[in-house]
Amino acid sequence: MAATIVNPENLVYSRPKGFTDMPSHYCPGCTHGTAQRLVAEVLEEMNILDKSIGVAPVGCAVFAYNYIDIDFVEAAHGRAPAMATGIKRVLPDRVVFSYQGDGDLASIGMAETVHAAARGENITIIFINNAIYGMTGGQMAPTTLPGMKTTSSPNGRDVETQGYPIRVSEMLATLDGAGYIVRRSLHDPKNIRLAKKAIRLAFETQVHGLGFSMVELLSTCSTGWGMTPVESLAWLEEHMIPAFPLGDYKIASSVAALKI
Amino acid sequence: MPAKGWIEVNDLYCKGCELCISACPPKVLELDNEKLTSKGYHPSHIFKDGCTGCAICALVCPDAAITVYREVTKAPASAAAGGD
Ligand SMILES: Cc1ncc(C[n+]2csc(CCOP(=O)(O)OP(=O)(O)O)c2C)c(N)n1
Ligand code: SF4
Ligand code: SF4
Repeated sequence: MAATIVNPENLVYSRPKGFTDMPSHYCPGCTHGTAQRLVAEVLEEMNILDKSIGVAPVGCAVFAYNYIDIDFVEAAHGRAPAMATGIKRVLPDRVVFSYQGDGDLASIGMAETVHAAARGENITIIFINNAIYGMTGGQMAPTTLPGMKTTSSPNGRDVETQGYPIRVSEMLATLDGAGYIVRRSLHDPKNIRLAKKAIRLAFETQVHGLGFSMVELLSTCSTGWGMTPVESLAWLEEHMIPAFPLGDYKIASSVAALKI
Repeated sequence: MPAKGWIEVNDLYCKGCELCISACPPKVLELDNEKLTSKGYHPSHIFKDGCTGCAICALVCPDAAITVYREVTKAPASAAAGGD
């Protein structure tokens, strides 16, 4: 059967042009890969691969510049929104985005994130919320759920001493500089499609000069969570979505009026 | 007649995570236990008929390892016009 079907005429999907040939270092099933694939697909569809500049974080996505085939810089831990600000102000015709985990964005980099949104910087942030520090061995993040076990909360996050998870999208949506702030998830085909649409709209927000945009993506870390990749998707749906509801938190009227 | 599809899994990228296997609507994928990739994973493959070329496996694959083909089968005019 294969032989007759495998020809260019019948091609439905292949590895995006915006991806390099390099295999990723992510753990099997890690949805960091899915998120980066969607970014590459959107930049290709918008025909802006050669004018985009990514800012990579410190975290598991530190090597993002090896995978998405565009210009990239690497920021110090948490400073990606500040670096993206500088690049965008010097090169306003480029499409500039940071790609950051929850430790990078909401712990050490919280100030940079909030102020970039408050200033209405015309940049985009792709925010990967996996409720944990993946790279360093699964420690508690600002997004770790109450009661969730991590290597630095081995008995489960105790809100009495360790506080509550931060809902970044809700918080940034209160800022007037924010043009487009939404939360999506990467746990099933339907939600992956919705995530891709949101990434597209975030980049369109920037291309049309409509202010700060961020897509928060609920993502898995099967290694940090101690589950198989398939179990992780179910865990995300069951536990993360109630704590971090999916939705549109800020769509400025100018963004809502965009015809794409 | 359902569309006929086929996928190819690139062993350079596949890590045997099984996300495509669990997402595949007609359940025609499994890990190929006869094969090891250079990284030491059993890669995913089609093990029986029934692939429709829907590309849902490729949509969920974090490693962009899957290429999807679908044969465009034109229904005969009589069949298209028929039915109730
Ligand atoms: C200044 C500084 N402090 C701490 C670290 C250690 N560190 C590396 S990655 C990381 C957090 C990673 O978590 P996250 O941003 O959620 O990304 P993930 O790995 O989960 O994708 C930390 C604390 C560092 N590299 N530099
Ligand atoms: S440690 Fe977690 S976040 Fe990092 S690559 Fe592995 S699964 Fe992904
Ligand atoms: S989803 Fe991709 S990496 Fe995972 S088993 Fe399927 S082809 Fe391999």
